[in-house]
Amino acid sequence: MTNHWVDLKNSDLVIVMGGNAAEAHPCGFKWVIEAKKDRKAKLIVVDPRFTRSAAVSDFYAPIRAGSDIAFLGGVINYLLSKDKIHHEYVKNYTNAAFLIDEGFKFEDGLFSGYNAEKRSYGKDTWKYQMGKDGFAMVDPTLQSPNCVFQLMKKHYSRYTPELVSKTTGTPQDAFLKICEMMAETSAPDKTMTICYALGWTEHSVGSQNIRTMALIQLLLGNMGMAGGGINALRGHANVQGITDMCLYSEVLPGYLSAPTDADVDRKTYLEKRTPKALRPNQMNFPQNFPKWFTSLQKAWYGAAATDKNDYGYDWLPKKDGAYDVLAMFERMHQGKMNGFFCQGFNPLASVANKKKVGDALAKLKYLVIIDPLATDTSEFWKPHGEFNEVDPTKVATEVFRLPANLFAEETASFTSSGRVIQWHWKAADGPGESKGDIEILAALFLKLKAMYAKDGGKLPEPILNLTWPYRIPAKPSPAELLMEISGKALGDVFDPKDKTKVIVKAGEQVAGFAQLRDDGSTQCGNWIYSGCWSQAGNLTARRDNSDPSGLGQTLNWGFAWPANRRIIYNRASCDLSGKPWDPKRTVIKWTGTAWGGNDIPDMRPDAAPDEGVMPFIMTPEGVARLFAPAMADGPFPEHYEPFETPLDKNPFHPGNPKATSNPAARVFKGDMETFGKVKDFPYVATTYRLVEHFHYWTKHSMINAVLQPDQFVEISEQLAQEKGIATGDKVKVRSNRGFIKAVAVVTKRIKTLDVDGKKVHTVGIPIHWGFKGVTKPGFITNTLTPFVGDANCQTPEYKAFLVNIEKI
Amino acid sequence: MQVSRRQFFKICGAGMSGSSIALMGFSPTSALAEVRSYKLAHATETRNMCPYCSVSCGVLIYTTGDKSKNAKADIIHIEGDPDNPVNRGTLCPKGAGLMDMVKSPNRLKFPEVREAGSNEWKRISWDDAINRIAAHVKKDRDANLIEKNADGVTVNRWNTTGFLASSAAGNEAGYLTSKILRNLGVVALDTQARI
Repeated sequence: MTNHWVDLKNSDLVIVMGGNAAEAHPCGFKWVIEAKKDRKAKLIVVDPRFTRSAAVSDFYAPIRAGSDIAFLGGVINYLLSKDKIHHEYVKNYTNAAFLIDEGFKFEDGLFSGYNAEKRSYGKDTWKYQMGKDGFAMVDPTLQSPNCVFQLMKKHYSRYTPELVSKTTGTPQDAFLKICEMMAETSAPDKTMTICYALGWTEHSVGSQNIRTMALIQLLLGNMGMAGGGINALRGHANVQGITDMCLYSEVLPGYLSAPTDADVDRKTYLEKRTPKALRPNQMNFPQNFPKWFTSLQKAWYGAAATDKNDYGYDWLPKKDGAYDVLAMFERMHQGKMNGFFCQGFNPLASVANKKKVGDALAKLKYLVIIDPLATDTSEFWKPHGEFNEVDPTKVATEVFRLPANLFAEETASFTSSGRVIQWHWKAADGPGESKGDIEILAALFLKLKAMYAKDGGKLPEPILNLTWPYRIPAKPSPAELLMEISGKALGDVFDPKDKTKVIVKAGEQVAGFAQLRDDGSTQCGNWIYSGCWSQAGNLTARRDNSDPSGLGQTLNWGFAWPANRRIIYNRASCDLSGKPWDPKRTVIKWTGTAWGGNDIPDMRPDAAPDEGVMPFIMTPEGVARLFAPAMADGPFPEHYEPFETPLDKNPFHPGNPKATSNPAARVFKGDMETFGKVKDFPYVATTYRLVEHFHYWTKHSMINAVLQPDQFVEISEQLAQEKGIATGDKVKVRSNRGFIKAVAVVTKRIKTLDVDGKKVHTVGIPIHWGFKGVTKPGFITNTLTPFVGDANCQTPEYKAFLVNIEKI
Repeated sequence: MQVSRRQFFKICGAGMSGSSIALMGFSPTSALAEVRSYKLAHATETRNMCPYCSVSCGVLIYTTGDKSKNAKADIIHIEGDPDNPVNRGTLCPKGAGLMDMVKSPNRLKFPEVREAGSNEWKRISWDDAINRIAAHVKKDRDANLIEKNADGVTVNRWNTTGFLASSAAGNEAGYLTSKILRNLGVVALDTQARI
């Protein structure tokens, strides 16, 4: 979330799309109700189903799963063609005025530079025109045909209400009503917020779904405002924290992009990641990259990291390709992997195409499960009737299952969706011989270290040199680890303006990332968390819930990254002169000498408004990107059909089969054939969660199992009638990858839609069942889902695929 | 003389009959409905967080015992933390059932192994588990860690063992996991954030 949970109460208009907060995040959704009650805010829900969020909305519109960009692109067209935008904001705080290379084109559904064979784009033309002064060229009048604003206007002019309705199945009047309501928040003192979740991310166009809404929020001037922003409602209690610690292949802790084969040495690595400012006077905050990276190297290698050995740069693994979860299971399926660990992760249930995942696991030499619960994955080799058909004698994988503790049994910090890091305390020991994750990992590491010290082996250096300063080596304490994450001075750290003045003494915790250095005098495990444990102590354990601003900022409750800032990009909540767009909801303002107010300013504290330092400090431009060349599948979002589409073409590009589905999405060899066709699988399926269950965990919890004991699917009355299915009948739902059996629930909450001249039915499939648990045993829903992901981040397309359904 | 209803019963229990006390000229002042104090009043309260969705609701966990060395704490109740500015004491239908998650019959209690081709689990000791896993790891790493790529660039990656990391673990466990794995050379690393 750019904002935070309580801030939802400050909104004038709340959009719930690509999510269902009332059921998936009930206690956070309470703040939406608060906004409705106290501010008379309105709630709009757009979803294939009439969800419980929709039930309390002011306006609901149905949409075909997988057509969100068509809908939102239509909103952009509405805002631009009716001139309902926040002009000053768009002109100054976005790259609307920037001139783009004249070779940039969008033709027949494809952007310039497409390589069909590689299914990817060359980005030679996706760039700014650069001036002789080394800065990007701009046209402040926004009139040049090559400025971002005009290119955007042209791009979205195709998204007419007729075409939007034809593609999405949303009735035109409902679509226009929503456009009108959103457009009202283009007034500088009105804000709209968006609450989305996996209903947007889990598509082959997932990243662009979110970007389309980001464009809308920028056009309306809602970023940085109280009650505004782009709010991803994340899944697990600490999925935000684990993302920040970067337990995925592309990045090191603090989103430092991981080295690849092209980064032959530390110098090359740093140069590529340390940008130069693209406009004068901008903060260009990523220029500090070397400080963050060097401080991480010092945290990991301590005295062994010196300028003589590039601070241990060679010891870090270099990435040669994709290692996301789909890529991993693809490699495993090809027999290229020998070992695998699942720490609190149940991929047999949660990754697409269960059969492929199960077959892949059976090719491993060893599998290690670290979990509090007996997961489905841990028994992938064991027959469980028709729910898991397998012959164990043919599975040679050695499987270890290690009992882990859960939340109540550990002292730790969790980071909420609103980026607030909160400390919690252990209440009791876990059952039997269970241990904490830290202890389990430490035991394995110390054993390996002893083996490498004694017997040698390949590349022992990073193992033997890894810092391990913990008082009880077998049991590093959460406090020691959070202090390491937050960072400390190794030598005295001096004031850059006055080299005689010591700002942090050697051995002291740093107060924040501004004190980190690239000369080895500081260490910090994760720069964005820097300052969370300062000399003042553990700030994540703070419990002062006072809220003098009335905005719900509670600055002394826990610690929000970065720098305890609760609303990021908050400089954009003020006009150029530093006055809040809405003084009644002042986040920060210029006081005449400094920025101050009800949040930590997202701006250099003494940057006077007339210096022209723009609010989006993490870009070298200083402004937000309406045109974003970093995206894999286009600098502007474009509607593409899901890989399994009920239409035979993309209504936006009926003549170009290459542009039916995302042309830049990765499809593994052989997987294109596993996609079903509409003639065999005529119905759109989408998966979702229920208020009574959490993922694949609560099927092990008795009360939840009592509340929702049995697997079911939901269908419309129309489809039920066509197929002769009644509520309570047992049905078989098939995709091209397998089948599940479940109880049918016939409901008015799912409607048949008119799409491109035909009736499109939706089958709704809750995800929560499996063959392990105290619920009735069920089929793993991801038996059905396709093995293809988003072009940018490879999140699988769980939310829109094709099935058939029949009564058993 | 102030006597509560509870003390009154106690006095009665000590041998005198109630009627005789009444005859002695005093009776309980206000008749409290409570016949025993709430067990939570004797429990230890620990501030914790719901592990489900990312609202990260504050919870209060009540355990028996006072956390003294020999007292085994047992969780007897979990409820929303009224001080938490986000959930303000509320919990949803998922969070309200946390006790049953902690006490799930499917909690793992001991390290186990399923041998190649076998159809059953076998209990093993932690030492055996760690020793066997470490042997697998070292063998695979020593055999397959790539020190230099075809162009002679030092790459030091080990991509034949993968790791999926938990979003239910704390930041500290997550950080330590990254610190260890990256320095073993692991690149095949992912988490729930992706899906």
